[in-house]
Amino acid sequence: MKNGSSILTRLFRFYYDGFRNMSGWGRNVWIILIIKLFIMFAILKLFFFPDLLQKRFDNDKQRSEYVMDQLINSR
Amino acid sequence: MIENVDLTLVDWSRAQFALTAIYHWLFVPLTLGLSFILAIMESIYVKTGREEWKRITRFWMTLFGINFAIGVATGIILEFEFGTNWSNYSWFVGDIFGAPLAIEGILAFFLESTFIAVMFFGWNKVSRKFHLLSTWLVAIGSNLSALWILVANAWMQNPVGMKFNPETARNEMVSFWEVLFNPVAVEKFLHTISSGFLLASMFVMGISAWYILRKRELFLAKRSILVTAVFGLLSSLMVAYTGDASARTLARVQPVKFASMEALTDGRGNAGLVAFGVLKESEKKIGDRALNDFAFKIEIPGLLSVLTGGDREIYVPGIVDHVTGNAEKGILSASEKIDRGKIARNLLIQFQQAKADNDKKKTDSLKNIFAGSQFQDNYFRYFGYASVNKPEDVIPNIHISFYSFHLMVMLGFLFIIIFGMALYLLFKGNIERNRWFLWTALLAIPLTYLASELGWILAEVGRQPWIIQDLMSVSGAVSQIVSGSVITTFILFAVLFTLLLIADASILVKQIKTGPKH
Repeated sequence: MKNGSSILTRLFRFYYDGFRNMSGWGRNVWIILIIKLFIMFAILKLFFFPDLLQKRFDNDKQRSEYVMDQLINSR
Repeated sequence: MIENVDLTLVDWSRAQFALTAIYHWLFVPLTLGLSFILAIMESIYVKTGREEWKRITRFWMTLFGINFAIGVATGIILEFEFGTNWSNYSWFVGDIFGAPLAIEGILAFFLESTFIAVMFFGWNKVSRKFHLLSTWLVAIGSNLSALWILVANAWMQNPVGMKFNPETARNEMVSFWEVLFNPVAVEKFLHTISSGFLLASMFVMGISAWYILRKRELFLAKRSILVTAVFGLLSSLMVAYTGDASARTLARVQPVKFASMEALTDGRGNAGLVAFGVLKESEKKIGDRALNDFAFKIEIPGLLSVLTGGDREIYVPGIVDHVTGNAEKGILSASEKIDRGKIARNLLIQFQQAKADNDKKKTDSLKNIFAGSQFQDNYFRYFGYASVNKPEDVIPNIHISFYSFHLMVMLGFLFIIIFGMALYLLFKGNIERNRWFLWTALLAIPLTYLASELGWILAEVGRQPWIIQDLMSVSGAVSQIVSGSVITTFILFAVLFTLLLIADASILVKQIKTGPKH
């Protein structure tokens, strides 16, 4: 690390060196982590888990009216 | 409309949430506990300057890293489910959950991106003391992160510090401190983190025992057992203490859950504590719901009364008291609560109607009634009962509540014995000759996971039929979506989680077999 380098550069180097010198288990874990996050956010969240009230209604007034209706009529 | 609520949808949504939560909880307690064990071990290294302790710390840090990376973000799936499968519930609680979950998110992000990086990448790059500080901050931060999730969960068990706004159909926080210092939250937090410490201690002790059995890494194994025997014994005693405090609070705020986990059908003074029991179906029924009796039990006379109220003569109400009521003991019947819930609901209907009619005077008047403590304390607090069809529907599954509680407690006592025995054998200096103990410690690892999951099963199944105690039923909380899509995602999760678990276990086992770097 150069003494004169900025804090951001030093921070970047810290993470860069950390990842570059990672051992075998670390690399495997990171691969699994990235695949997992991809499945979670790019597949599950996008295609299977929409925020229902956000998707079905345009504003909070409609959302609260819908939920109120559900609360009043629940059995 | 929920009149046509599909029970298949409710059941699958519950099963999906349970699957996700159980899977998520396989990783969390080890993170909570192992982070502190690492901090203790590294403190010894910094204090003594002995390189062996650095090696020990780095080895367990590797296992911590694998567990953390595979487990991280699995909890976010629960939040996906809130928005899709439990949208009514999410809206209803929104303002209460917002603050704690936001703090948790910020804490987790700050911690994960900063101090965990220093912990793993910072050896020989930052000073010893700064590295140690980072390890302690990871431990403290991850446990504080858990606090906010548990505060949110505790609110569902005992909703406090809020007021329902009939305009928005949401609960709004009126006292952050009341939500934070909810007695259920405080006890749940202490009980949960100490059970995490216990689990992690057994994890380290069991793997160390395996090394001794294989006659490998003896220095690492014995030192690790010493640290975890002390930490585990203290933690398991704390688990017992906080568990007892939780049970007493439960008797007050969730009395039906309390009676169910003790399978106490009829209330009585001088109530005995069942140490071990086998349930059978009773001939006694409430409505069409058969109750339970004991086929066999070992009972300590009077102890349940003493633990609940500090006196043998204290009356402990049973399931029947809470369903049919007991005027002498001041216990309302479920029917009375259903009536009060319906009054609260009717007021909400009138309010909606007045709003639709643009009747400002009536709207304001009803809003004032709603805001009044008389209405909140005597009627709105039973709002959820308006959706209960029969009084006996407020009884949770007694078998699951009873067995999960009793098995958890029995395992808890077994762990105290194991940690105590480890200390005894270490001081006698013959731990490696007691192979039976080493095998016991190794085989106890899965039992700690079982006990930890049983605690959550009791907490969540015992709360049924409520998602928020007395305020909202599970069937009223579920989103009206096609049950087929819930089944599809359930299967997807089951496959994904199984694959991740296999990956996690195989990387962990490989690292354990490889052992620490020399």
